[in-house]
Parts: sequence; C-alpha cells; structure tokens
Amino acid sequence: MSALSAKAASSAVELARKGVARSRHVRDGWEFAIRGLLGCTALISIAITVGIIAILLRETVAFIQLPEIELTDFLFGTTWSPLLGAEKHFGIWPLICGTFLVSVVAAITAIPLGLITAIYMSEYATARKRAILKPIIEILAGVPTVVYGFFALLVITPALQGACNFLFGAPIFSGYNAGAAGIAVGIMILPIVASLSEDAMQSVPRSLREGAYALGSTKFDVSVKVVTPAALSGIMASCFLAITRAIGETMVVALAAGGLAHMTLNPADQVQTMTAYMVQIFLGDAPAFGVENLSSYAVAMVLFLVTLLLSIIGNILLNRFREVYE
Amino acid sequence: MSGISLRAKRIVKNRAFLALCLLSTSATILILALLIASIMAQGSHFLFNSDALGAVFAHGELSQLTKIIRWDFLTNFASRFPEKAGIYAAVIGSMWVCAICALLALPLGIGTAIYLEEFAPKNRWTALIDFNIRNLAGVPSIVYGILGLTAFTRMFGLFGSDKNSALSFGPDNAWWHIQFPFGQGLLAGGLTLMLVVLPIVIISSREALRAVPSSLRQASLAIGATQWQTASKITLPAAIPSILTGAILAMSRAMGEAAPLLVLGIPVFIANTPDNLNDNFTVLPFQIFNWAGRPQESFHQLAASAIVVLLIVLICFNGVAVYLRQKLRKPLA
Repeated sequence: MSALSAKAASSAVELARKGVARSRHVRDGWEFAIRGLLGCTALISIAITVGIIAILLRETVAFIQLPEIELTDFLFGTTWSPLLGAEKHFGIWPLICGTFLVSVVAAITAIPLGLITAIYMSEYATARKRAILKPIIEILAGVPTVVYGFFALLVITPALQGACNFLFGAPIFSGYNAGAAGIAVGIMILPIVASLSEDAMQSVPRSLREGAYALGSTKFDVSVKVVTPAALSGIMASCFLAITRAIGETMVVALAAGGLAHMTLNPADQVQTMTAYMVQIFLGDAPAFGVENLSSYAVAMVLFLVTLLLSIIGNILLNRFREVYE
Repeated sequence: MSGISLRAKRIVKNRAFLALCLLSTSATILILALLIASIMAQGSHFLFNSDALGAVFAHGELSQLTKIIRWDFLTNFASRFPEKAGIYAAVIGSMWVCAICALLALPLGIGTAIYLEEFAPKNRWTALIDFNIRNLAGVPSIVYGILGLTAFTRMFGLFGSDKNSALSFGPDNAWWHIQFPFGQGLLAGGLTLMLVVLPIVIISSREALRAVPSSLRQASLAIGATQWQTASKITLPAAIPSILTGAILAMSRAMGEAAPLLVLGIPVFIANTPDNLNDNFTVLPFQIFNWAGRPQESFHQLAASAIVVLLIVLICFNGVAVYLRQKLRKPLA
C-alpha cells in the first residue's frame, strides 16, 4: 500500500472516531443536507438546457406569428434579406448554406491533418516526440477564437489572394470570403480531432496491435488496418464534435467571412453564417425590438437544434466506443 | 520471389506513410509558428519602442531597457487615435469578469461533479444529467449569450428594462451598488461566462474524480466514514491537482470568449474601470474583435498587440496548469 492510501486509512479512522462521538442523528442530517445541496447544483445543468430551449422557443414562436412572416418561407425560402427596407425576406437557407460551406472547408482542412497527426502521435512517435507535439496541439486548442479571426482576415485571405494572383493573374478571393474563414476554423478544430482521435487510438488494446505485428504487419498495416478501424467510432465522434464546434464558431466568421447572405458554394465568395447574422443583429445593426431582432432568435433556434443533433450523435458514438474498450 | 517483392512494397508503403505523417505533423507546427510570427510582426509596433530597442541592442545603452516596452499601450484607455489607444479598460474588465466567472463556475461545477461521481445512484436520471452536460459542452457560446441576455441582462423583463431598472440598492457609485436587472454589468458578464464554462468544469472535474482509485474510497467507507466525509476528506484532496488543472483551462476559455458578451451588448469604448458589479465593462477579446474589424492598418496593428498581451496571459494560465499537473500529482495506489 502506498503512503497516500495509508494516510487515507488513518484519517478515515480518525473521522470514524469523530463520527462516533457526535450523535449519529446529527451526522445523518448533515449528510442529507450536503447531498441535497450537491444534487441541486447538478440540477442547474438541466435548468440551463430548459432555459435555453424555453427562451428560444418563445421568441421563435413570436417571430413566426408576426404578420410578415410565413413559416414555409422561413423553412424553405432561399432569400435572406432582413435589413433591406421594403424587400425583406426571411428564408433561412442562405444562412445554412453559408454555415455549411465554412464547416465543409473547415472539415477538409482539419480532419485529414488531425487524423494523420493523431496516428503519428499514437503509433509512430517516440515518447519524447509526443511530449513535444502534445503541448503544441494544446496551444492551438487554447488560442482564443478571435485570434483565428484576425489570422483569417489579415493573413490567410491576403495569402490566398496572393497565391491566386500568382497562379491565375487575378486575386479571385474577395476581401471577405468563406475559404479563409473555413481554413481558420479548421485550424481551430484541428486539436479536437487530433486529441480525441489519439485518445481513441490509445485505448485500443495492445493485444490487437501485437497480434498484427506477430503476423508480420508493418506499422502502416497496424495503424491503418487494425488500430484505425478498431477506434473508428471514437474517431467519428471526434469528427462530429469538431464539426459541431465549427458550426457554432462565431468570431472567426464574423470577422472574415463577410456579411452577405446568399446561396453559394464558392469558397472565394463572401457568405453569412447563422452565427455571423446573430452578431450583426446583436452589434446593433437593427432596432432592439422588432422583426430583425426576433429573427435572430429563430436563427439561434435552428443553430441550437443543428449543433445539438450533431453533438448527440457524437456523444452516442463516443459512448459506444467506451463501452467496447473500457 | 513474389513474396519478397510484396514485402518490399509494404515496406515502401510504410515509409511513404511515415513521410506523410511527418509532413502533416510539421504542417501543424508550421501553422502555429506562422500564427505567432504574423501576430508578432503586426503587433510589435504598439508593444515595443523601436528607438529604445535600437539604443539597447545597437549601442548597449542598458538605461533604456525599461523603455523597450511601450507601457502606454497597457495603461491607456481605448481611443479613436491609434497612437493614443490602449487596453487598460479591457484588461481590467477581463480580469474582473473572469474572477466572477471562476467564483461562480468552480463551486457549481465541482459540486456537480462530486454529486455525480460520489453520491448519485446510477439510474436513468443521472444518465440524463450526464448526457445533458455532455451536449451542453457542444452548444455554441453565442447561444449561451442569448440565455444570458434574457436571464441576466434583462431578467425576463421582471424588473423593468435594463436601461431603466426598477429595483436597485445603494447609491450609483458605491462599490456595493447592485441593481436588477443586471444590464451590461460585470455580474451579467460573469454569469454568462459561467454558463459557457460550467460544462467544461464539470466534465474535467468528473474525470479527475474518476481517476482516484476506488480502493481509497472503499478503505474510508469500510472504517465507517460517511459518503460526504469520504468525498471531502479523501477523494477531493486526491483529485484536486487535476481538478485545478481543468479549472484553469476552463478559465482560459472564459478569458478568450467574446461572442456571448457581444450578445449582452457590452460597450467597446469605455473610459473608466468598473466601480461595482453593475458597472459597464469591456473585455480584451471584444476589443480585439473591434480593432481587427476596422479597415485601417494601424487598428490591425493595435489588434495584434492586444492579441500578444492576451496570449501572454493565457500562456501564463497554461503554464500554471502544467506546473500543477506535473508537481502536485502524486502517484495513487
């Protein structure tokens, strides 16, 4: 037994003695109170969820009930122009399209890079190299999102424009564009993919690897054909959770993606995401009460539902993975 | 013969994959280097005094050493004129709001974690709470901003509007002045950030508690200690280094958040530091967002300088977290 558990045992003996000295009744009452108090703190998380849903639902219903809004137009419309005086349209799809475009660019940036980094850290790297790499990934994870926004707007966009100027003789990418924002969001979610996938690969039992090596596999065979499939649900969970973050990311797209909501899948164009629209409204581009303000709650509702769905899928996958190996 | 060539092919494949791994890993490192280099390049103008730098490094005048850093940038308030602008209000606001957030989020988060790990029966309800917390961690921070706006800034409209409150205590300039609803004050900001980091604190604290070997708990319970005595005197002390590490990382998340506070409507320009919990404030990430969004080059440089300060603060946070993890963690069982 280690020194600590010996210490634990001795202090427990002391506690037990105190417990005997005090009336058992008082002790039970105290225990009950603490238990109730801690249980209440646990209920706060439920209250937060209920609060979010109640507020969003109330305002969304108020939005839909406005005379100028039609539910079918909101759910299926392809024009989003809430600030254009007489020609107001509230069709959510341009915002969803913008969010989708940025998230896809982010996923294309982050998932291959993150997965290969995870395989390298889990299977190839020596302990020393891991000890250097892991903190670097953690630093990337700790950088505030507004910094990635700055990076997207003032480094990635000029770099993309410069590259296109060199290759095609024209900048192609506009000053605000979905591509640069997507790449920056991709860098932001890369640590999530890399570290969660690496965790998943690390918890694949050694025996599987040893079995494969015994059959003459190379490291490539082991990591790609044995470890990756065995950790697949964990890896997929990491991707889902990372994409959830990408969809909900706000500051990067508010700075670098632009403010024009339209249906496009061209990463060189400017787009508006759901979060960027909310920023536009809450920064005070619209009157505090009115149709524009209410519309941001409806957009928030859609955003909340989409991220909730993805996060639930991610967590179910993660649970399934944990059940198999832990 | 064919066996040998197959083997050679697999070895080549392995080598090629290793090269790919090294390539992508170095790309990751390169990205971080590029990020830091570009920010330093843009940010140096407002952080360092080029004359003093030249004097110290070219002529060896050590008396100029303290003038290398342009302290004005740290002690001035924001301004329309880039040369006069500083981040004092934002730094103080960030510190206040983070402190409030920590005071609220840590007891609640650690309490929840203790309940779920040490007390809660394993039934459908606790599974629901667990599932709920995991999904709350995925909710975008801007959505928490909306909850904060309604519940704290406006308080559901119960006490009048946030500009014209119906219920307040104490004179306006007293440090203990408090009003309902909280408006755009520190308390509303701290509470909103608490919502954002609470799931993170709970999840990391639970993992820390789970890592404590159950033999310690069993020893304690077997001698007759109650569950709370076991949790508070045995499990919690053993888990506290990892809990603190998680807490610090959660606080650095709070330090970098701008979106939820932006929803509350906090101001960008502010010419005083907060006097009380209801006073207006601004935070560093929001100041950076505002400067970076302007068209002028010199405001971009200001944003980069502020980013350098923010990153230094966060690196200090992380340094403390790493130190705690390395030094305080004792081998258990």
